[in-house]
Amino acid sequence: MKPPRIPDKLLTWLIAPHLREEVLGDRHERFFRQAERLGETRARRRYWRDALAYVRPAFINRKSSAYPQPTNTDMIRNYFKVAFRNLVKNRVYSFINIFGLASGMAVAMLIGLWVYDELSYDKHNKNYDRIGMLWQFVSFGPEKSPYDVMPIPLAAELRNKYPDFESVSLSVFRKAILTTGDQKFAKTGSYVEPDYTGIFSLNMLAGSRFGSDDVNAVLLAKSVSEAIFGSADPINKLVKVDNKQSAKVVGVYEDFPSNSAFKDVFFLAPWKLFAAIDDGAKRDQNEWDSNSYQVYVQLKPGADFDAVSAKIKDIRMKRDNPPRYKPEFFLHPMSKWHLYRDFKNGVNTGGIIVFVWLFGAIGIIVLLLACINFMNLSTARSEKRAKEVGIRKAIGSVRAQLIYQFFSESLLMALLAFALAFVFVQLTLPFFNQVSEKKMTILWSNPWFWLAGLGFSLFTGLIAGSYPALYLSSFQPVKVLKGTLRANRFATIPRKVLVSFQFTVSVTLMIGTIIVFRQIEHAKNRSVGYNRNGLIEISMNTPELYGHYGTLRDDLRATGAVDEMSESSGSVTVQYGGTTDFTWKGKTPNTSPLIMSNFVTHDYGKTVGWQVKEGRDFSREFSTDSSAIILNEAAVKLMGFKNSGRRTAIGQPIRRNGRDYTVIGVIRDMIKEDPFKPVNPSFFALDYRSVNVINIKLASQLPVNEALAKVEQVFRTYSPAAPFDYKFVDETYAEKFGTEERIGKLAGVFASLAVLISCLGLFGLASFMAEQRTKEIGIRKVLGASVFTIWGLLSKEFVVLLVIAFCLGAPVAYYVLSDWLQNYEYRTELSWWIFAASGLGALVITLLTVSFQSIRVALVNPVKSLRSE
Amino acid sequence: MRRSDLGEFEEVVLLTVAVMVPKAYSVIIAEELERETGQPVSTGAVHAALQRLEQKGYVTSVLGEATAERGGRRKRLFTVTALGGRVLTDVRSVRNRLWERIVPPTMLEWS
Repeated sequence: MKPPRIPDKLLTWLIAPHLREEVLGDRHERFFRQAERLGETRARRRYWRDALAYVRPAFINRKSSAYPQPTNTDMIRNYFKVAFRNLVKNRVYSFINIFGLASGMAVAMLIGLWVYDELSYDKHNKNYDRIGMLWQFVSFGPEKSPYDVMPIPLAAELRNKYPDFESVSLSVFRKAILTTGDQKFAKTGSYVEPDYTGIFSLNMLAGSRFGSDDVNAVLLAKSVSEAIFGSADPINKLVKVDNKQSAKVVGVYEDFPSNSAFKDVFFLAPWKLFAAIDDGAKRDQNEWDSNSYQVYVQLKPGADFDAVSAKIKDIRMKRDNPPRYKPEFFLHPMSKWHLYRDFKNGVNTGGIIVFVWLFGAIGIIVLLLACINFMNLSTARSEKRAKEVGIRKAIGSVRAQLIYQFFSESLLMALLAFALAFVFVQLTLPFFNQVSEKKMTILWSNPWFWLAGLGFSLFTGLIAGSYPALYLSSFQPVKVLKGTLRANRFATIPRKVLVSFQFTVSVTLMIGTIIVFRQIEHAKNRSVGYNRNGLIEISMNTPELYGHYGTLRDDLRATGAVDEMSESSGSVTVQYGGTTDFTWKGKTPNTSPLIMSNFVTHDYGKTVGWQVKEGRDFSREFSTDSSAIILNEAAVKLMGFKNSGRRTAIGQPIRRNGRDYTVIGVIRDMIKEDPFKPVNPSFFALDYRSVNVINIKLASQLPVNEALAKVEQVFRTYSPAAPFDYKFVDETYAEKFGTEERIGKLAGVFASLAVLISCLGLFGLASFMAEQRTKEIGIRKVLGASVFTIWGLLSKEFVVLLVIAFCLGAPVAYYVLSDWLQNYEYRTELSWWIFAASGLGALVITLLTVSFQSIRVALVNPVKSLRSE
Repeated sequence: MRRSDLGEFEEVVLLTVAVMVPKAYSVIIAEELERETGQPVSTGAVHAALQRLEQKGYVTSVLGEATAERGGRRKRLFTVTALGGRVLTDVRSVRNRLWERIVPPTMLEWS
């Protein structure tokens, strides 16, 4: 006969230890007595019921410890004192530890801010969820290409026939010259319909928005209003737009924030004004196949972007004369404008979001590296403190106190690092902003930022402190003090794993950085097809510049500062558009490939320095050149012309827009668009009316600023109203690499930081190991080991780890980067030497780091290291 | 002396301790009370009362010897302190004085 077991277990668990014995004794004695009197069954039942009588605080509350309880602040003060003494005593380690962690945290914070900024794009809009922009897929060849430009009549169609839209606005982004008195400002801004101000809930600071009847009105951003009018009241003042039309300032709005799609919109003018001054807009008023304008919409509440997209998809194809390129309209919601901008054959393939993920991952990894260092060093150092643990225990510390002590120590370090990280971020933020082209600030007032930062510091501190706190505190003082306690041979394994991981990450990042830079170099070294040196461009944005081609050119050349001048439709670094209305002999019927259109003057080729491969350049000597056409190599390839024989390109008849042309020359491909993509088929034809950019080749014998001064003087005489606003072609061309260079620079910075942090950790670990083995090295030296053997002995370990890491990191890098390079049609190769170089680089860095310590130890006189015990 | 700190159950338990000394421990006391009152009394309640009495200083305790029927566990034996004895006497004299003042016919009507 035995009492029931379950209530016994419950009571054992429930009742305070000092009462357990008597209570359980009572329970059992009572049970046996009752069983004798009432029988076992009833006794059991009673047993259960009576057990409940013990569920009360008097039995459950634990008795306070038998040891004296010093007030907590005393002990905590002591912990901090010991912690600070430890920090100061091991200056180098403390520095490495805190500095490494702080830089890791700083990197993570910077990346965090960057990611936050990217993700917050356009979020400030009140109607964020309901705003969209019209895009269309068109098929010139087998693939669908995305375009964000629309025909003008589409806006009215959407507004009048589709009830899903709350408001619709046409918009076109232009650089305009705003003139008041003799002051001139070239500013970018948009011509929009009145609905625009409502869709984007414009924050008016003064005046009011323009109405649907206003034509000669303009809204200015606060920054522009201040630049033009200073502190004076701008309302009702007149500004001249592009020196053509006067417009009254009716309102001032708050500048769009820097993380807005409209951050460069510094003025807003009515669409009607644009329609009045722009020839293209006049012509396109009812033209369904001329796509040059943006359309923004705001949906009614509850309307779904996909559903509305499906409704409007075939608007054009249902009308008369559907074009061959089969436009399919769709809505691109505001939430995807910034991060998901890429399309491939009609499917959204992401965009900047990839970099958000990539940098997010790098940030976490760098932080992880720093944490690993911190943990490695803390645990390595703490083994030295086993004796301290022994003595503390002998004096009367209980285990919980030691746990508190070690945790408080590592938390202190983590918090110091956190504070230091703030300093780092504050100091590097301007630089980081410059590289990433952003305006970020520390989110001082964001509680989540603080929560994340402090939470992370706590987490790191707890993780790093867990080894000494939980493991060391379990030592038996006798063993520790007697010296019989040996660190386990396998105790270093986790540390080695962590070091290998660090190496792996460093090697991967190094390879990645090299390849990103190689890819940029690869594209930069590509033959451009024209000469960018001393080439400047001036956009013809005032009417005075038109109609004087001959005299302007003569005047410019007469200064001696200009070698050649020409005019063209659009900049040489930009391709504005193309046509599918293009036929040649042997064209496959029913295909409509897109041929890029370029309209130029006779002197264009000489000015930009294109390379004629076959035939000849335009020339004034041939009056027939008004119907001559020059093709690029890509166009020749597309049309299937050969170098010689009957199918040679020269002399081929071409029909474009109802006019006949003859091919007179073939030029080498000119990179006007994306330098990472193949050049599109293009043609060049003479047209003195469709031009809007002046190209000037400066004379190379004059210093640039002198030449520019002379050019400016000539322009002053022609167009005194417009500011002399020119651009160097080589600079504009370099901007094409903006994204890639930014990524390259950021990746470079982060990779070097990752390597630096790894090195710091390695240095700390190596010096610790060397210090631990001082005696061993002394004995080895006494027995005849040379400095070199000892150096080899100490370095070997790390080299093995590095080799393992390289074997892991190289395939990862290969996989990720070959994937990345797939994004570029014109790409560098992943050659083996990049991997070899990174591996070698890592090896050299490792050896340098480790050698500093190992040689220092190897040089110590054995008498010194063996003398003291 | 405030007597409100001595509850009715505590008073009975204290009396029982006085009766059972020197072999007073919770099991015996609980059984004694069951016999006297006819109601089931749990050792837990008795033990809790004993703890409170000890805190108030009316009883003291020592750990006694282990017995087999307790699974080899020791029992806690309680004795009444001088203070406890005086409190009991006080309580009793208060009651006695009140009893003596009851008129005899009233008592008869109860039965």
